[in-house]
Amino acid sequence: MGRKLLTEYVNVEGIETFAVYRKHGGYRSVEKALKMTPEEVVEEVKKSGLRGRGGAGFPTGLKWSFLAKPEGVPRYLVCNADESEPGTFKDRYLMSKLPHLLIEGMIAGSYALGARTSYIYIRGELLYVLRILEKAIAEAYAAGFLGENIQGSGYSLDLHVHPGAGAYICGEETALLESLEGKRGNPRNKPPFPAVQGLYARPTVVNNVESIASVVSILNMGGEEYAKIGVGKSTGTKLFSACGHLNKPGIYELELGVPVEEFIYSDEYCGGIWKGRELKAVVAGGSSVPILPKELILKTAAGEDRLMTYESLSDGGFITGTMLGSGGFIAMDETTSIVKNTWNFARFYHHESCGQCSPCREGTGWLEKVLHRLAHGHGSMHDIDLIVSVAKQIEGNTICPLGEAAAWPVAAAVRHFRDEFEWYVTHPQEATAPGAYYRGNLVLA
Amino acid sequence: MAKITFDGIEVEVPDGTTILNAARQIGGGIVPPAMCYYTPLKGSGGKCRACLVRVAAGSAKDPRPMPKLVASCITPVQDGMVVENTTSQQVLDVRKGIVEMLLINHPLDCPVCDQAGECDLQNFAFEHGVSTTRYEEERRTFEKIDIGPYVQLHMTRCILCYRCVYTANQLTDNRVHGVLGRGDASEIGTYIENSIDNDFSGNVIDVCPVGALTDKTWRFKQRVWFTKPVNAHRECSHEKCNGHVTLWYKGKDVLRVTARKDEYGEVKEWICNECRFEKKETADWVIEGPAHIDRSSVIAQNHYELPVINPQVIADLPESTVRELEQNPPLKLGGLSGTSF
Repeated sequence: MGRKLLTEYVNVEGIETFAVYRKHGGYRSVEKALKMTPEEVVEEVKKSGLRGRGGAGFPTGLKWSFLAKPEGVPRYLVCNADESEPGTFKDRYLMSKLPHLLIEGMIAGSYALGARTSYIYIRGELLYVLRILEKAIAEAYAAGFLGENIQGSGYSLDLHVHPGAGAYICGEETALLESLEGKRGNPRNKPPFPAVQGLYARPTVVNNVESIASVVSILNMGGEEYAKIGVGKSTGTKLFSACGHLNKPGIYELELGVPVEEFIYSDEYCGGIWKGRELKAVVAGGSSVPILPKELILKTAAGEDRLMTYESLSDGGFITGTMLGSGGFIAMDETTSIVKNTWNFARFYHHESCGQCSPCREGTGWLEKVLHRLAHGHGSMHDIDLIVSVAKQIEGNTICPLGEAAAWPVAAAVRHFRDEFEWYVTHPQEATAPGAYYRGNLVLA
Repeated sequence: MAKITFDGIEVEVPDGTTILNAARQIGGGIVPPAMCYYTPLKGSGGKCRACLVRVAAGSAKDPRPMPKLVASCITPVQDGMVVENTTSQQVLDVRKGIVEMLLINHPLDCPVCDQAGECDLQNFAFEHGVSTTRYEEERRTFEKIDIGPYVQLHMTRCILCYRCVYTANQLTDNRVHGVLGRGDASEIGTYIENSIDNDFSGNVIDVCPVGALTDKTWRFKQRVWFTKPVNAHRECSHEKCNGHVTLWYKGKDVLRVTARKDEYGEVKEWICNECRFEKKETADWVIEGPAHIDRSSVIAQNHYELPVINPQVIADLPESTVRELEQNPPLKLGGLSGTSF
């Protein structure tokens, strides 16, 4: 069994209450942090090598050190709990099971950043999690870990939970800040970055739930010790939400570096592909990352074992690699229609585009419509090239990364499964018959 | 001051100037197009992506190229920056793509659109797009929306540049319209019809780059290129309006009143509704003289290239025919490649 840092006590009865959480060592990191200077806390996080767990993988300590520190100006820590990428559901789990872990991380992080007011922006659909968090926050206030003069340290912090209305785009940090300010959730142009001009135009750090929760372990064990876990620049443990055609889908905490093959097939984790079928493809980090066929998800192009790390999964770039992303691990068995799956993903991004910039607003809809045609047996060979071209027109030309999130899955699906797309064109009736699926050989670009 | 190189031309501009405005200081055909940016409107820009440029060197201190194309209208210059616009094939290709995207849901109803001849999208498509589209799907359509006493909304033509929203936000006390919906289902809306009725509402017509917001007192009265623009002013009683306008004449009749615009089609001074909609008599105004129309209108002479005859063909024509052709457009002689619109 791998080491558990985030979910060690997840099965303890009553762990969602302050009393039980405290009994199991809860809030020690806050006590420790309050005896350190804020700069020392930031330094510990830097030493840990923790990379953002929301998808981008940017070093958290470095992000914290970028925060502008003008005197007399409020600063904010905002927790991005707007998790909604298809395939990703680990933050929801963490918050509902261990609400105090997030609150503890928020207090330590806010102290490090000099924030006196912090926010947890939570996805509106997760109303039941909001209630859990609100209750836990009230307990933390009552225990003197929030509010005025926390534990007699002189440091004060107010923590608020704010529900969004349920828009994927509000998971983009600047759209989240707009929404938190009460405006339409449109991403902002960058620069200025939130570290300089964030919430209410003040210096702000936006971190994912899991990143903030990981700060607790980092402070408890020390940054250097934390950095010893994992492989290379992928330090620590990471939650993966495994779903799709797996025998044991669920949330798994892994020390970064577990081979992908072990993660899929070992009984300790996903237990192999359901119904004894063959694995066809995997989306390793949430629906926005490029899909990989079985041959490339298990081994890199150089023939090495693919590991559950940022570096190994992205080895080979987008030609033969993918991204660790948010850890939304979607496995697809041999009967999966890649064409229909790609259409489904495109449908999501079309629906969720905010519509602010032209390539994303018009391009995501265009992609979905052509994919709809293809998936229903009305496409042409020209359509296959067309979706690749449209994806290229979107990628890199939009205000925020939603453009890339919409373009990458389409481009990768055609790159790795072009023969299946062509089969839908050349055999429309067979391809769209109920229960039909493509058995041809995979053609790799 | 910051010195930048834009398409090989050096220019020195004050710190904080955007790349687009630096290019405008050079002027001419190298200036990136802008469909959403509008200088008088604070916060505008960055949305249409028409002005994307390649930054080949970020600054003298950090000469690395920027990884993605950047929106020139919102990106400030840095000393030593090297920018590629017309000299970058990538930029030109992306711009074609943006035209294609913008035209997906914009109807080509120029023959009946009041904005024809003054339409930024028409100019943008002509200068940067291709003459065909690959889009075969159904396009979105809307019923015409009556949003107030003076302004007609043709949502079908809207390209969601947000200019009218910024205008209402920054010029009036209570904005009542905005963007509703999401993605390609977004639309400009008032939520409740007939609600745009403030003193400066007419300015949303001037900032609209296409024919989505039109003037009810002018629409369908005349094509713009058959009118004669004349600068005029009056003593306006409205404290925020100085009464400097352009009158658009057909014969002796004033058909339309607009704010004056600069060479990039941007309003110089906002005008009130009284000047715009209620003063349609020459006697209401002090006439200053003919208005200068620059690149942003087809009524500007020689703005659009005429179809070109291949020189090889010209060589075979009798001299009298060539002379006749020279004197009687639409054919232009001499170039190597033809363009048609």
